[in-house]
Amino acid sequence: MSEKSRIKVENLYKIFGPNPQKAFPLIEKGLERSDILAKTGNVVAVRGVSFDIKEKETFVIMGLSGSGKSTLIRCLNRLIKATRGAIYIDGKDILKMDKEELRQVRRYTMSMVFQHFGLLPHRNIVDNVEYGLELGGMNKKERLEKALSAIELVGLKGYENSFPHELSGGMQQRVGLARALANDPEVLLMDEAFSALDPLIRAQMQDELLELQAKMHKTIVFITHDLDEALKLGDRILILGPDGTARQLGTPEEILSNPADDYVARFVEKVDKTKVITVASLMRKAPVITIPREGPGAASRAMENNKTSSIYVVDSDRHLKGLVRIDDTVKLYRKKERDLEPVLVKDFYSAYEDTPIADLLGVALTAKYPIAVIDKDFRYKGLVDRATIINEVQEDAENLESPMHFTQMEESISSKTRETASHEEAEASGE
Amino acid sequence: MDSVSLHKIFDIGGVFEAIIEWLTLNLDAFFDFITQGINGLLNGFYHALVFPHPFIMMVLFAVLAWWIAKKGVGIFTLAGFFLIYAMNLWDATMETLALVITSVVIALVISIPIGIWASKSDAAEQIIRAILDFMQTLPAFVYLIPAVLFFQLGPVPGVVATLIFSMPPSVRLTSLGIRQVPKEIKEASRSFGATNWQMLIKAELPVAMPTIMAGVNQTIMLALSMVVIAGMIGAGGLGNEVLKGITQLKIDLGFESGIAIVILAIFLDRVTQALGANRKA
Repeated sequence: MSEKSRIKVENLYKIFGPNPQKAFPLIEKGLERSDILAKTGNVVAVRGVSFDIKEKETFVIMGLSGSGKSTLIRCLNRLIKATRGAIYIDGKDILKMDKEELRQVRRYTMSMVFQHFGLLPHRNIVDNVEYGLELGGMNKKERLEKALSAIELVGLKGYENSFPHELSGGMQQRVGLARALANDPEVLLMDEAFSALDPLIRAQMQDELLELQAKMHKTIVFITHDLDEALKLGDRILILGPDGTARQLGTPEEILSNPADDYVARFVEKVDKTKVITVASLMRKAPVITIPREGPGAASRAMENNKTSSIYVVDSDRHLKGLVRIDDTVKLYRKKERDLEPVLVKDFYSAYEDTPIADLLGVALTAKYPIAVIDKDFRYKGLVDRATIINEVQEDAENLESPMHFTQMEESISSKTRETASHEEAEASGE
Repeated sequence: MDSVSLHKIFDIGGVFEAIIEWLTLNLDAFFDFITQGINGLLNGFYHALVFPHPFIMMVLFAVLAWWIAKKGVGIFTLAGFFLIYAMNLWDATMETLALVITSVVIALVISIPIGIWASKSDAAEQIIRAILDFMQTLPAFVYLIPAVLFFQLGPVPGVVATLIFSMPPSVRLTSLGIRQVPKEIKEASRSFGATNWQMLIKAELPVAMPTIMAGVNQTIMLALSMVVIAGMIGAGGLGNEVLKGITQLKIDLGFESGIAIVILAIFLDRVTQALGANRKA
């Protein structure tokens, strides 16, 4: 992800209604959406939202229905014209563009994928995928070529001549995606693109989008009402409140671990954090022993200082070699041997920084040593204590209904029935 | 009651009459021009229909029906048109068909653009709807009379009256069809940079086509029913035969021409309906 900004939205308002300008003084006074509607007949859909979308990031805008998220994404390509504010696409304000400039942006810079696909029912798949290119006036041969490669990219090879109604929802949305990709746009706008699909297909499409994005590196703006989807796909997430304001902008971890306000906190509390919080956030930078520079003496001292019984060993390039235990190093030290290599233990678990901690839970319960964290080149980054993982998962579990010992449950049930029985008796006698 | 004399407060009829008179006097050349145009078109169609031998036309109609609709419709067409030929009503039927085709072609050329306009503008829709209501409910004879005044007796006022009477469904259903195009399809076109014209041609009209074709079908059926009434002002064709049957109490002729009209109606209806249904797939 580069730091260059691709889309910059500044203080954006969209007000629907007979006289949008009338709503602004009331907005400044801080009136709520329903009051403004009652007083002026205008609906404030998007209320002073500002954000920056970086090049090649997946930016998720999340909110419940009525939060203005669909309006907001339509403002980005001016399907809906914002009432106030500015939207800079590569530095140019889309609200100030004339019709021709706007068409150019829509044809070559931004493509959109729709919730209900928006395919043309009278055209077969390849003609649907060609549609955007056709509008731009590309010749038949060239656009056919591009359409076929886009169809292959989304895994619909062999369906070129089918019609949309012959395909399942998931496949239709692949066509929608292929149509958007055929234009080779820099920005992909996805409006609840997977919301109309059933859960299994939906998860599959999410995975495929992640895979595609790893290859294509587009700037993706993804709208969803589903926090799990947002957390799964988003490099950064913008959470919109029910009043059309932006509540929090941050990475999935930032939002989960540090919700900006009560609204976001309430959203976040139901999420299984262990699937989102990664090893990186629990990792600590424990000291290591570098061989061949350091020997048993240094290792023993280091463990003593850190009050641990084992320590990881790396080579001079910080590649992880194994770990040594305190009893082995003490033995070596007494024998006055220098080389740690023979006593290196390889019987430990390692993980990458971006591994979700849910994946480590099973390992944490059985592992004998702390879990080593490495990068893709086997370089040592730090370690995670088993206790930390179990602790983190435990914290999350407390929010859910904890399991109860069976005898306790029996007791509580029988006491409840006794209570209700006596209650009923009392009522009966009262009559 | 008898103290109240019943007289008109507004003489709307008189005003209408004055307008018609003024138009006939001053726009004579204009109406002549239209008459010539319609006559040319009508004669063209008529001669094209009667030029080949009836048997050739019969087979042509049957093949067309089979190809567009179904085998059954094709067989019915062949049998039906043979019956018409056998009843010695072939020429009259072709005359009627030419009248219908002429009226419908002109009606569609006018009504579909108006329908598109009505679909794009709510204000236009409001006004056009009122006019359409007027056109559809005003008894046909009422505008047969001024049509005769403008275009003289003969087939041309028949065509004009027919196209006025048959146009409304095409306008209404074109507008409805385009308005019913799913919002996301329109948005998708816009978002890929379609111009208004591209959106109309590539997305809206094709998606609305089944509904538009239902309107065309209705226009054809209404045209056929009106053409018979137009027989009264000398439009010729089967209407003329029916009229003869009524006025001369020729029960046989009246019944036979009635059957010919029904056969023609079923043929036109099934074929145009199939045309609309095929587009749906």
